Amino acid sequence: MTRSTPIKVALAGNPNSGKSSVFNKLTGLNQKVGNYPGVTVDKKVAKLKLPGGTKAEVLDLPGTYSIYPKSEEEQVVWDVLTQPENPDKPDVVVVVADATNLKRNLLLFTQIVDLGHPTVLLLNMIDVVARRNRVIEAEVLAKRLGVPVIRTNARDGTGIKELLTSIEEGIEPPVDHFFSYNGSLNNGTEGSRRREILDRYSKIDKLLDGVIHDPEEVYSGYTKKLDKLFTHKIWGYLLFVGILLVVFQAIFKWAEAPMEWIDTGFGLLANYLSSTLPPGILTDLLTGGIIPGLAGIMIFIPQIAILFAVISLLEESGYMSRVVFLMDKLMRKVGLNGRSVVPLVSGIACAVPAIMATRSIASKKDRLITILVTPLMSCSARLPVYAILIAMVIPDQSWGFFNLQGLTLFGLYFLGFFAAITAAWVIKIFVKSSEKSYLVMEMPSYKVPRWRNMGLTVYEKTKTFVFEAGKIIMAISIVLWIAATYGPAEKMEQAVIQAEEMAIENNYGPEEVENAVAAARLENSFAGHFGKFIEPTIEPLGYDWKIGIALISSFAAREVFVGTIATIYSVGNTDDELTVKNRLEKEINPKTGQPRFNLAVGISLLLFYAFAMQCMSTLAVVYRETKGWKWPVIQFVFMFVLAYMSSFAAYQLLS
Amino acid sequence: MVNVAEMKSGETRKIVEILDEELTLKLLEMGCIPGNKITFNYRAPLGDPVCVSVSGYELALRHSEAKAISVD
Repeated sequence: MTRSTPIKVALAGNPNSGKSSVFNKLTGLNQKVGNYPGVTVDKKVAKLKLPGGTKAEVLDLPGTYSIYPKSEEEQVVWDVLTQPENPDKPDVVVVVADATNLKRNLLLFTQIVDLGHPTVLLLNMIDVVARRNRVIEAEVLAKRLGVPVIRTNARDGTGIKELLTSIEEGIEPPVDHFFSYNGSLNNGTEGSRRREILDRYSKIDKLLDGVIHDPEEVYSGYTKKLDKLFTHKIWGYLLFVGILLVVFQAIFKWAEAPMEWIDTGFGLLANYLSSTLPPGILTDLLTGGIIPGLAGIMIFIPQIAILFAVISLLEESGYMSRVVFLMDKLMRKVGLNGRSVVPLVSGIACAVPAIMATRSIASKKDRLITILVTPLMSCSARLPVYAILIAMVIPDQSWGFFNLQGLTLFGLYFLGFFAAITAAWVIKIFVKSSEKSYLVMEMPSYKVPRWRNMGLTVYEKTKTFVFEAGKIIMAISIVLWIAATYGPAEKMEQAVIQAEEMAIENNYGPEEVENAVAAARLENSFAGHFGKFIEPTIEPLGYDWKIGIALISSFAAREVFVGTIATIYSVGNTDDELTVKNRLEKEINPKTGQPRFNLAVGISLLLFYAFAMQCMSTLAVVYRETKGWKWPVIQFVFMFVLAYMSSFAAYQLLS
Repeated sequence: MVNVAEMKSGETRKIVEILDEELTLKLLEMGCIPGNKITFNYRAPLGDPVCVSVSGYELALRHSEAKAISVD
């Protein structure tokens, strides 16, 4: 059989049914992640060739328990399966069912068959069924259901070939109905839908009668034992804290070396290009704007990848639902939800993927609050800023095991968490919702994670992050570079001449001359003028116009602070924090005659960076996830007010 | 009438009805069907949520949701 257009195959199934593993097994690295029009739900598709050469296009639908939508993700499933004019309407639907839990999984299956789609049923995780000494009579079930039923184990690929062959041979539309929608599909009431579910379940009971041998399903075995440990009132929390510590360790320590390689690599690249390309504006833009901007985003790949790996490990193994279970009551007290734990923890690496991870929160209000407070968690971009400021203003003193600088760093992370919780509690009072928050969550049995699945998740999410955030950071870097390089021509020229004259007077070496000229140019550039313009507003916090420029440029990404401040204080090499530090220490506040970066200014800056929303990428992702500018603007303002007030208080108290 | 929130660990009862209007459809979809058995497994350390077995799998519910499922 040959056809010109590929067969459209949609994968549907309950969450935890192993649907993603089937998809990964079918497609591997072939998959493309896009968006459904108008919504933020990821759309995963892949093209593949069936054994006989026919082309097929596989669409991985979001996991759902029923076709009736309760979230944006489930709405996508509804649209694709029930709207005949939907461009993604499939030719064949493959329903992936967890064979250890067939009854509930068949609900969605019967709903899909009754929509008239040619359907195949996969009895997935058939290996687990066998291990539990159960037998499922797939042939009997297939006869009763009137559709092909295939036993699969996505882990080792059992049944995958059979699936591909049966799709290629063609699946007939279903003949029988389990339940007749009779026009109640599109405008059914709650009552009619309830009757439908009850009717379907009683049919499913009959269909499964005699099909499953040894159906005695009791909660037992290693899942029960592990639950006892993971949800224990002491061990449960201790293990969770322990896991968090490992995550911290992984994000900060294990990522250190690869981050350094990336940093050095880009530095070398910029040097190489500036020495080989013909000098000019374009080369400057490339080596001074684009490459550092690119480096600024690429340097986070190790941390982001490790974070995604850990999160997908915790999710794949089934542990994450136990964390939600443990934390739900605590989180609810402050207006959050057990499911908010994942975004908050992810926020330690980066708020962008963390905010994307809030999609699993069904309650709109809980999700919104989680989105609003997650950026208060101290992300990895703040770390370089914290590091240099702490090194400068906090004495390197130790009491036994504790080091004052280390304690300060820990204190800043704790402060972020504390601020997030407090903010959630305050926002809870203002955000009203008629919608009831609920937690009706499957506790999947524990599984050994599939490394291939984890690898694919990490690859695909990191890629999305780099491209999504990368676009914005690149654009801002270019704008910043232009603003810091160009200025009103006359003033620029005068300043350069002055700097050169001064250099001659003071007998500067060639490098010092270059630095002095660069500093003079910056002061008179558009960015410099802007820094001076905002100086009065930031003076009460202890900052001058130079810090002002750094604050503004930090909006591209916070860690830009170090690079910018280095440029402003005309230090050639930004990679070496010691040099930057030495230069900053020498900076004198002309009004007091004392060093500019004293304890008061340092603490004030630390607090500002801890609280302020200086991140375009986060604002962009909040805009995308809340579908409007209202919430990003509110978030920006409240975080700015919080940052300004605390920095103001700290500076005034300490100076 | 007893509800799920009042059950003891390891206890199994039959679901009679779901009292919460808003949650009925969701709970039905998740396999909490009147007439079916439900087993109470354990509570979270702070007493809420709770974990039950229903329709052959484990389900976590908040205390308030467990209260809405009446059993005989």
